Amino acid sequence: MEFILQPWPWYITGPLIAIVMFIMIYLGKTFGMSSNLATICTIAGAGKKSDFFRTKWRERTWNLVMAVGALIGGFISQFYLSEPTNIDLNPQTVLKLKSLGFNDAGQSILPGELYSWANLLSIKGISILVIAGFLVGFGTRYAGGCTSGHAITGLSSLQKPSLFAVIGFFIGGLIMIHLIFPLIF
Amino acid sequence: MKYLKFLFVGIVFGIILMKSEAVSWYRIYEMFRFESFHMYGIIGSAIITGILLLEISRKMGVKNIEGFKINVIKKRKGYINYIAGGTIFGLGWALAGACPGPIFILIGAGATSMIIVLISAVLGTFVYGLLRNKLPH
Repeated sequence: MEFILQPWPWYITGPLIAIVMFIMIYLGKTFGMSSNLATICTIAGAGKKSDFFRTKWRERTWNLVMAVGALIGGFISQFYLSEPTNIDLNPQTVLKLKSLGFNDAGQSILPGELYSWANLLSIKGISILVIAGFLVGFGTRYAGGCTSGHAITGLSSLQKPSLFAVIGFFIGGLIMIHLIFPLIF
Repeated sequence: MKYLKFLFVGIVFGIILMKSEAVSWYRIYEMFRFESFHMYGIIGSAIITGILLLEISRKMGVKNIEGFKINVIKKRKGYINYIAGGTIFGLGWALAGACPGPIFILIGAGATSMIIVLISAVLGTFVYGLLRNKLPH
């Protein structure tokens, strides 16, 4: 039980993620989380504005159910399968974050400097999360998938488009962390 | 009831990603600074395991639950939308510290402000749908 409560090493979780992907394919479906964002648009009536959303969303109910499951899994893990443990970050990363104004790096899953509700009362605070979410939603649909669809499923099935997408993920991530972070933090 | 298995797989997926710490903003930041092997280990071992599972099942002619050959949907050919869309997603991934899977997982884990990220991600997807025909693919 002690092992369960601790963070799990990468060589356990990586293969487990691949097994989740394989189970979805075995069940005749795909492993792709960002599609749910488009499904939510369709349910909300976006089909009136764009053909792109004029789809039979009920055929993708299984994926929404999986997302609800993921949410429940997050709850179970956080409240029943974990004891408070700091994330074992590289000390250099912690120092760098301190210089940017993130003081408790690794002491929680998310930085309070970005995700506390108090922070969201400021224009800057709310803008960061809204812009970040917007880029995630726009980018994943433009690229036709996210980490699960491209990095895991696409690369596992040796698809070139997914390699391009993952290269894009890293171009964007590196630009954000190395060029834009110094400007906004 | 036919959806119960997907609920179960989702729960397992949520627990795995939480326990892997891949849902942590800090881990994503550390990854993009190349200061830890952790995230590369997760993604790399997932891909290697995935390649093996798919190749072995293909060679053995494994059938899926519906009785058809194991099949991964092929992505449309091209590169512009993959590079451009991927870059835009990467910017958001690094800033939010969460990709779509973890957005759902973290809301469940009690990060209620992640709902803001979810709503704006849905909005971003909607705007893509509006502009789709004007964008290069």
